[in-house]
Amino acid sequence: MGGLDAGPVQRIEHEYAPWEKRTDAILRLLSSPKRAVLQIDELRRAIEDLGPGAYDELNYYERWIAAISNLLLEKGVITVDELGRKMAEVTARHEAERARGRAG
Amino acid sequence: MSDPHGHSHSHPPHPYQPDLEDAPLTHYQILELAVAELLIEKGIFTGDDMRRVLENIDSRSPADGAKVIARAWVDPEFKSRLMADTNAAAAELGIDAGTIPIHTVENTPEVHNVIVCTLCSCYPRLLLGLPPDWYKSRAYRSRLVREPRAVLAEFGTELPDDIEVRVHDSTAELRYLVLPMRPAGTEGLDEAALADFVTRDCMIGVTLPRSPDG
Repeated sequence: MGGLDAGPVQRIEHEYAPWEKRTDAILRLLSSPKRAVLQIDELRRAIEDLGPGAYDELNYYERWIAAISNLLLEKGVITVDELGRKMAEVTARHEAERARGRAG
Repeated sequence: MSDPHGHSHSHPPHPYQPDLEDAPLTHYQILELAVAELLIEKGIFTGDDMRRVLENIDSRSPADGAKVIARAWVDPEFKSRLMADTNAAAAELGIDAGTIPIHTVENTPEVHNVIVCTLCSCYPRLLLGLPPDWYKSRAYRSRLVREPRAVLAEFGTELPDDIEVRVHDSTAELRYLVLPMRPAGTEGLDEAALADFVTRDCMIGVTLPRSPDG
């Protein structure tokens, strides 16, 4: 990326959303010397493996969590089955919360 | 006072994030929750570990870095230790700068330093908090290494041609912190007052500390 052409620096800043901070926290925990489940250079490689399109289509922490989950699958820390089931569970739980919110 | 939807608008404006329950989660938000829950279930870390890290993230801000810089401005021996080992010097002030080495680079009348991470977003987070979006932007990361003076000018920092600009590219194993020059007109100020002149952006090196004379 260094040295490539690009437009002016847009001096944007945003408050980090809770899920972004949690993604940051997951990485810090996984890469802590105590756990050493993954290293920062592995994260970078996994982000690059998402392909050039990911840089345009995903935002910063979307790339992180996508790369973190790919690394965890690669390393066998979690399985595709587990992840799929858990994502369905999280979605269902959240939809139920929303329904309760609309009713209440 | 209520509107036809039975919803009062007299409450304060919503924060930047609506209630979690109000909007469908994105795919990546679901992924984050699922990954975190699986890792907790597998005992790789606990919910308490996660809360502690989140508290730590929220507790860090450029005020930590500013304390370090202000001390270096008033105490030459501290400054020498800071230049030799930034993490250890920060610890003297009760600031945990973490295990990744941070190297302080000093601005002088001849040299101006500015930091970037061309590969991703490495940043002295434990001294400055989470990085601003522009630090992680493609434009900043691509251009700073090639045309630093033009980028600095976009931040309102116009440097004379005889000042050398050094760009430091951070890595996962080494981070940088810029030690700005103490602004003129601050001679009588104490450390706490000096820290107010040390902004995040001048510790990144894209701006200079303002002078009390304006």
